[in-house]
Amino acid sequence: MSTKNTKHEPSGISRRGFLKGVGAGAVATGLLQEVSESAGIAEAATPTTLGPGEIPIKLNVNGQSRSLNVEPRVTLLDALRNRLDVTGTKKVCDRGTCGACTVLLDGKVVYSCSVLAVEAQDKKIVTIEGLGTPDNLSDMQAAFIEHDASQCGFCTPGFIVATTAFVRDNPGATLEEVREGLGGNLCRCGTYAGITAATFEQAQKGGA
Amino acid sequence: MAKLAWPGPDRRKNIGARISRLDGPEKTTGTAKYSYDMNREGMLYAKLYQSPHAIAKVTAVDTSEAEAMPGVKGVYIEKDRRGEFPNITYAGDIICAIAATSEEIADEALTKVKVSYSDIGSPQMNDNDPSLISGRDQSKEQGDPDAGFGEADAVSEGTYGLACITHACLESHGQMAEFKDGELYVWPSTQNVSGYAGGLARAAELSADKIHVECQYMGGGFGSKFGADKWGSISTILSKQTAKPVKLMLERDQEHKVAGHRPSAFGTVKIGVKKDGTITAWDSDIWGSGGMGNFRMPPLPYVFTGLPNYRTLGRGIKVNRGAARAWRGPNHPQAALITMCALDDAAHAIGMDSLSFFKKNLHLTDRPEVYAEELDKAAEMIDWKGKWHPRGENTGGSMRSGLGLSIHTWGGGGGQSDCAVTINPDGSVVGRTGTQDLGTGTRTVQAIVLSDTLGLPVDKVRIEIGKNSLPASGASGGSTTVGGVSSSTRDAATQALNALLEKVAPDLGVEADKLEAWDGRIQEIGNPSKGMSWEQACSLLGGMAITKQGSKDTSDGTILTVSGVGGVGIADVTVDIETGMVTINEYAAVQDCGLIIDEKTCESQLYGGTIMGITYALYEETVYDPATGAMLNPDFEFYKIAGLADVGKIKVHLMRGPKYEDRGVVGIGEPAVISQGAAIANAVANAIGVRVPELPLTPDRVLDAISKGGVA
Ligand code: FES
Ligand code: FES
Repeated sequence: MSTKNTKHEPSGISRRGFLKGVGAGAVATGLLQEVSESAGIAEAATPTTLGPGEIPIKLNVNGQSRSLNVEPRVTLLDALRNRLDVTGTKKVCDRGTCGACTVLLDGKVVYSCSVLAVEAQDKKIVTIEGLGTPDNLSDMQAAFIEHDASQCGFCTPGFIVATTAFVRDNPGATLEEVREGLGGNLCRCGTYAGITAATFEQAQKGGA
Repeated sequence: MAKLAWPGPDRRKNIGARISRLDGPEKTTGTAKYSYDMNREGMLYAKLYQSPHAIAKVTAVDTSEAEAMPGVKGVYIEKDRRGEFPNITYAGDIICAIAATSEEIADEALTKVKVSYSDIGSPQMNDNDPSLISGRDQSKEQGDPDAGFGEADAVSEGTYGLACITHACLESHGQMAEFKDGELYVWPSTQNVSGYAGGLARAAELSADKIHVECQYMGGGFGSKFGADKWGSISTILSKQTAKPVKLMLERDQEHKVAGHRPSAFGTVKIGVKKDGTITAWDSDIWGSGGMGNFRMPPLPYVFTGLPNYRTLGRGIKVNRGAARAWRGPNHPQAALITMCALDDAAHAIGMDSLSFFKKNLHLTDRPEVYAEELDKAAEMIDWKGKWHPRGENTGGSMRSGLGLSIHTWGGGGGQSDCAVTINPDGSVVGRTGTQDLGTGTRTVQAIVLSDTLGLPVDKVRIEIGKNSLPASGASGGSTTVGGVSSSTRDAATQALNALLEKVAPDLGVEADKLEAWDGRIQEIGNPSKGMSWEQACSLLGGMAITKQGSKDTSDGTILTVSGVGGVGIADVTVDIETGMVTINEYAAVQDCGLIIDEKTCESQLYGGTIMGITYALYEETVYDPATGAMLNPDFEFYKIAGLADVGKIKVHLMRGPKYEDRGVVGIGEPAVISQGAAIANAVANAIGVRVPELPLTPDRVLDAISKGGVA
């Protein structure tokens, strides 16, 4: 519902437009350039045709380089979940509305359902699994537990990635800023009170 | 011998404390595996093909082109028991399914399926026109309504209603199915682990004992995930057909269209009232739709069941949309909206402050004292005295604020549950139950009860749930889980402890009757010096662990869970009369919860229920194309759910103390979500001076009501 979402813009790529081009087996040069520019893939990319079959790619996930084969139309979300079995990142809307699939791409918050796997090559991908483990929780993860900020927990990984980046970028954020800044994620169980408290607390602690 | 009854406040260390949910570390690190996350080597992805038509006959399904695609491994075509294509009754009805080696291939294959239809008809999509009523009248009458209206000083009359909404679970419905050695293993997203297997027996061609169900984490159900469903059967059949594991999870649009609707309800209510606030009569005429299924009239008049004279009529309308499913607090949000708004209008008709009006009539409810205390508490939390003004009084400019209240009730007594508790010679303890944790904290509640019963810290016990190989426990519906599992766990743990006390008694030279488990020790009651550590005591078991099974209906008949609670909600809103936007400033939720096991997760139910309630009050509704019956907002862009900035400041309060807690355990997932629609609608009426008749209170509805007059 909230529209103000300054720090949490999803990547600006039109996935459907790109799929269309790839699906037809020939990527229009203009389209690829547009994608490259908006995603910042490479400053002077030479247009290349990828696919339609599987191509080998490498993804840097939580500090590990992983090799896999994907069709160019495969999203980063599906590559993580279906190819690499990195399932902490959730699929809910698959179209950039809910934030369940939020990951960090070179530190930037993105919806991984709205980024193609091939675009994420040469970038550092950090998923929820990269932030902490049950035996070594990050401060934000511990704060979520303390404030009971998850019920079913399905939205939780996306929220924790988003709030972790939020406090990193907004140390000392006020309650109002927390509310405005986290409009890019949805929860059905209604854990917003706990999420707000956890994020505010972490922001006040300096957000590191 | 340790007693089964709940310990008194001085003997509760963990029960009623603020304990963080035990699966928090898994949920916050992405290591919790949901059904959606189950991957297997060679697993296929199945996807459903749905009818775009609402009414049609399927005459042919041609999957040959899809099957020819590399990567497509299995095809399922829906047929009825006679082997014929079923008749389509709504847009979204399932026609066939494809299993392929990747999601992308399955998606593409669906575009190559060709279905031929005949007899394409026009659907009936209008659920708010009493001329379309079909089916049986449901009516009730008490006293003499006509005479009651005769005694009234004023008669208020209004229309009220709520649109159909969906469950919109963030983890969609579905399962992963895998055959191994002739038996079926499934990982469904379900609210009903122990009762799930039977629904797959036909599809699997196996008896239920050969169907192994596991669900450790599930991403929300809210009443929509009790059965195996068609897609459960389809993934099972495809897995059998292809000899591969098959995962079938609904797409987001499918989740909206086929996986659960809350019935709508609309109607008129007339209330007779005396100047002093005495209600003399009630007459309601309600209609609504449960889709193609039956419509059940909400329980009216709600909570105020002692109304001397009333007449109610309820009638259903068939609509070509997906089937209705139980939605958190089935029929109560509808009943609350209709009743509490009509009563609020009656208070306005005689110029009475609605808080005073409700309080004056609490003798018509089952628990006047509880509601009175709760109303006072909520009024204090929201500063009713300081903020309340007569309906429509201009609070200045275009931003008008108002207060509204509602009260509600629910059962919440424990459902059937069995639990087995094992105490091992090394002192380790495990409680096992075939229940599920929907996010309500089932695991945590069981660990709290088990540890407190044995005098141990929570982290010294382990809980296993989520498998149908464990002692059977009922489906999680109707807020029955916490009462059920806390009772069965207490029963099993007490029996196991008593067996341990018997073993230890001779060594301590104290009769078992005079022993207690307290503070990590087994000791003479009140005498720590005559005792031994828990570990020492358990070591006396020698090679043999103790396992005892307990049940909701406990071994000695002690009743640990009860039914029936009351709760109150008060909303403070601001309405922009130029844009029609409603903003929630504050919401106060006050709830009678029975014996609270975990204060933290209990509060979360109230926070969560309030947020879900704000969401259906302000945003949610399914929208259909009247010509084709297609759902127009099967997504989260146009099917809105509240975001973090939309819910205002929520204040929750749990009623505590012997009067409430000595009764036993009650589930509160449902009562938490009932009052918001009514309280918010009443607050909006108070703010703008006119009743917005139907939820959700979208800007267009608010502006429409304003344009019809009344705003000062
Ligand atoms: S799944 Fe990516 S935003 Fe919803
Ligand atoms: S905790 Fe269930 S969706 Fe957020």
